Amino acid sequence: MVGIVIVSHSQKLAEGVVDLAALMAPETPMRAAGGMDDGGFGTSFEKINAAIEDIYTDDGVILLMDLGSAVMTAEMVLEMMDDRKIKMVDCPVVEGAIAAAVVAAGNAPIEDVIQVAEAAKTTAKF
Amino acid sequence: MADNAKVIEIIKKIIADVDEQKLFLTELDNVIGDGDHGINLARGFDAVNEMMDTFEGKDIGAIMKAIGMKLVSTVGGASGPLYGTAFMKSGAYLNGKAEMNMEDFLGMMEVAIDGIMKRGKAVRGEKTMLDAMIPALDAMKESYAADGDVKKALDAGVAAAEEGIEFTKTIIATKGRASYLGERSIGHQDPGATSFTLMLKAVQALA
Repeated sequence: MVGIVIVSHSQKLAEGVVDLAALMAPETPMRAAGGMDDGGFGTSFEKINAAIEDIYTDDGVILLMDLGSAVMTAEMVLEMMDDRKIKMVDCPVVEGAIAAAVVAAGNAPIEDVIQVAEAAKTTAKF
Repeated sequence: MADNAKVIEIIKKIIADVDEQKLFLTELDNVIGDGDHGINLARGFDAVNEMMDTFEGKDIGAIMKAIGMKLVSTVGGASGPLYGTAFMKSGAYLNGKAEMNMEDFLGMMEVAIDGIMKRGKAVRGEKTMLDAMIPALDAMKESYAADGDVKKALDAGVAAAEEGIEFTKTIIATKGRASYLGERSIGHQDPGATSFTLMLKAVQALA
């Protein structure tokens, strides 16, 4: 099953997104990589690395990031794991995570999970 | 010409200067960003400080690479991946060198700037550290090409970086957290341009 890592400047935000998505798809492997190691705001290379290691399988892992350094730090982690099936997805974090978690729970391949997360970018709320 | 000991001396000065200026840098970032630039950078360089004794006898490339890796894993804000990339690219460029001269330094700056531009998907004129780095490199190259005087070249680089900081006050931020402020970012200097200039001044003072 494809796993999902939520990368955010805020530990609470990352954990909240994982909790919310888990309501819809409790079986999907998800990890929050939010905030710094000391709990402060920021993005932690170590936390992102550990979250991926924790849930990685051959089915792959997708990363959803909030802003700025979350994207750049995730990029650097991925560059050190370039032999693995891991993709950063450009999408709204909450909507993308829920859509991706549900599709991943149905054992969809990573391409489908990425597609549905990306589609969240253009899905109108009202 | 800088050897291992000289590079370590410069790094020590950067660590001390970042620590001394952390509140000022954070204050600048409070106005147009998320107010963490100085604190984040100081945390990163504190971590570098703790590994200084592992630098003894290492080649300059290895030292720069180790600093870059440490900054990436400890800074936490955008300056982590950006300065981290700059130091790691510098490390790769200077790989195996026990000594570096001005040509090495200019080549290193070139790859560091290129790394930052790619990592941040940024160009000159977006109110970032690049607005100090690029003019500083251009000025150093021009000055050094004219008479081969290292001291004069570094002076020209620092002067151009300081002009770059002033220039960032006049433009709208289009990258990073400051871009959310739009026109309200005008009138304020960029914290990243400021921290880069601080590092270049450490090189100028000791090289």
